[in-house]
Amino acid sequence: MTQYLLSVHGPSSVWDTPLEEAQPMYEATGKFNDELKTTDAWVFVGGLERPETATTVDGTGNDVIVTDGPYMETKEYLGGFWVIEAADLDAALKIAAEASKACGGKVEVRPFAGE
Amino acid sequence: MTQSSDLRAEIDRIYREEYGRVVASLARRFGDLDIAEDAAAEALLIAIERWPSDGIPPNPGGWLTTTAGNRAIDRIRRESLRDTKHKAAMMITDDTPHEPTGPVEDDRLRLVFTCCHPALAPEARVALTLRLLGGLTVEEIARAFLVPETTMAQRITRAKAKIKAAHIPYRVPERDDVTDRLGAVLAVIYLVFNEGYLAGSGADPVRTELTAEAIRLGRILRQFLPDEGEVAGLLALMLLSESRRTARFAGGELVTLDEQDRSGWDRTLIDEGHTLVRECLARVAATSARPGPYQILAAINAVHTDTNDARDTDWSQVVALYDQLYAVTPTPIVALNRAVAVAELDGPDVALAIVDSLDLSGYHAWHATRADLLRRLGRSAEARGEYDAAIAATENPAETAYLARRRAHLVDPGA
Amino acid sequence: MTQYLLAVHSSSSDYDRSFEEMQPVFETVDRFNQKLVADGIWVFGGGLERIEAATTVDGTDGKTLVTDGPYLETKEYLGGFWVIEAADLDAAHQIALEASSACGGKVEVRPFQAE
Repeated sequence: MTQYLLSVHGPSSVWDTPLEEAQPMYEATGKFNDELKTTDAWVFVGGLERPETATTVDGTGNDVIVTDGPYMETKEYLGGFWVIEAADLDAALKIAAEASKACGGKVEVRPFAGE
Repeated sequence: MTQSSDLRAEIDRIYREEYGRVVASLARRFGDLDIAEDAAAEALLIAIERWPSDGIPPNPGGWLTTTAGNRAIDRIRRESLRDTKHKAAMMITDDTPHEPTGPVEDDRLRLVFTCCHPALAPEARVALTLRLLGGLTVEEIARAFLVPETTMAQRITRAKAKIKAAHIPYRVPERDDVTDRLGAVLAVIYLVFNEGYLAGSGADPVRTELTAEAIRLGRILRQFLPDEGEVAGLLALMLLSESRRTARFAGGELVTLDEQDRSGWDRTLIDEGHTLVRECLARVAATSARPGPYQILAAINAVHTDTNDARDTDWSQVVALYDQLYAVTPTPIVALNRAVAVAELDGPDVALAIVDSLDLSGYHAWHATRADLLRRLGRSAEARGEYDAAIAATENPAETAYLARRRAHLVDPGA
Repeated sequence: MTQYLLAVHSSSSDYDRSFEEMQPVFETVDRFNQKLVADGIWVFGGGLERIEAATTVDGTDGKTLVTDGPYLETKEYLGGFWVIEAADLDAAHQIALEASSACGGKVEVRPFQAE
């Protein structure tokens, strides 16, 4: 079995979507998550707070440097993700297709490095 | 001297012929394309060394697979000693026998689905299929697609790395796979065929190694999926196109269907193609399944190859089939090809109105079709301009020669 | 308790570094991971395969569309991450600091939305 990251991206403005508008997506995603949790594929899911809430910590040098904001400025940001376990890419793509349908966004599928 | 070089050529031919089988078998067994390919290459070296004195074995494919399998096991053992965590050693015990020709052997079928996986870049799918199943060298593939060898090598290396890292399986996908996996395989094979049938550019108008390879892959697919209409349709389409190959060129110039010497057509290929098309029609009639684009294109080609004289072509049948094709794949290119048939049935003026409504001004065949219709309508000056535009948009030398001749034969109303 | 994403980014060339060169980093990260587990703040952690192994799935429009490559083309990509539980941002920063020093890269800290 291999672990895969199923990630969803969006521009900062996505976080401004009014609740009424986002409600059907929340519900579809919630339903998808509930079903996924009953399977062996389930590892983790989480939706992130908007990118402006990010802080970057650099502890590689002698002085610790903490800066406000994400590591990189990009047009779109990681909005949330699933970690799943699947036998191969075909199985992962099948779950990703359902995830994409539920959340209404494209899903990037990336394998984790083996142990 | 001649004998030994003949033998070497024979070994190379067998190796290419059997390469896909050997690699597919090893890839399934060891789950690693690099191991499979390296072991196949090692087996070739051993064959070159031994066959001249021992003679070519009765089942060379089986011999190559067994020898390559042993080399792969040696390598895995060596690496397992270096890295005790290496789990591949457990695969050594899987000793599935090599089935050289039996219908149960579907390793190549698995591998073609891996090579044409939608998670791989389209150009990488074509390259991998030709490399791993066709046994073409990276240099040959690079030459066929007119890219530098290093570019092609990178493309193939990158695709193989993705297959490994992302765990793209060696498996015939299930029917409910989320994407059209068979469609992706057929598209790759047809692309290989078309690249060979009318090469986009370069000195050779036809690349027979590519058309032959596409047909061979089509036959393999048909062997394993005998009930898939589109598989039969694609094979028939390629066979019926291939049957006209030698008649399509005369003195380095493209010869259109109506001007071809039909006695030069390959009757054996036509008969095989017609048999497949009849089989598709029977299946469609029995199951009321809607035929896909390859079956319809094959049927159109069957109509064309059904008469010994272009004037006897059943154009109403051709137009009806194009109507069906347009319903399945409503693209402007299909509409353009349909218009060519409409010209024969309803006249060039009706066809020109259709052609003019299509947004294909960047496509050489659109200009060539317009030029021909304008010529037939006696609008020579406009036709000349369209021939110029078509010549400017094509890179195939045989097509350019054809268009230039047609342009030269225009009746100049001013003269 | 809030869940936080501790993300590390890498460029493609980072993946070309030799195993020998990476060995000490793997060992430090391994020790750090064990500490997170022992302290009961570990939720998930993993290093991703290089970005060339990514596939993007679009299931939003009825038909599933699969394409080779990541969702966004950028100079650097998510290389791996942790999901941790922390009482507040200060606690998360402290862990991010240790994470940054362990893996030798900057760490972006972003809170997850509450369930």
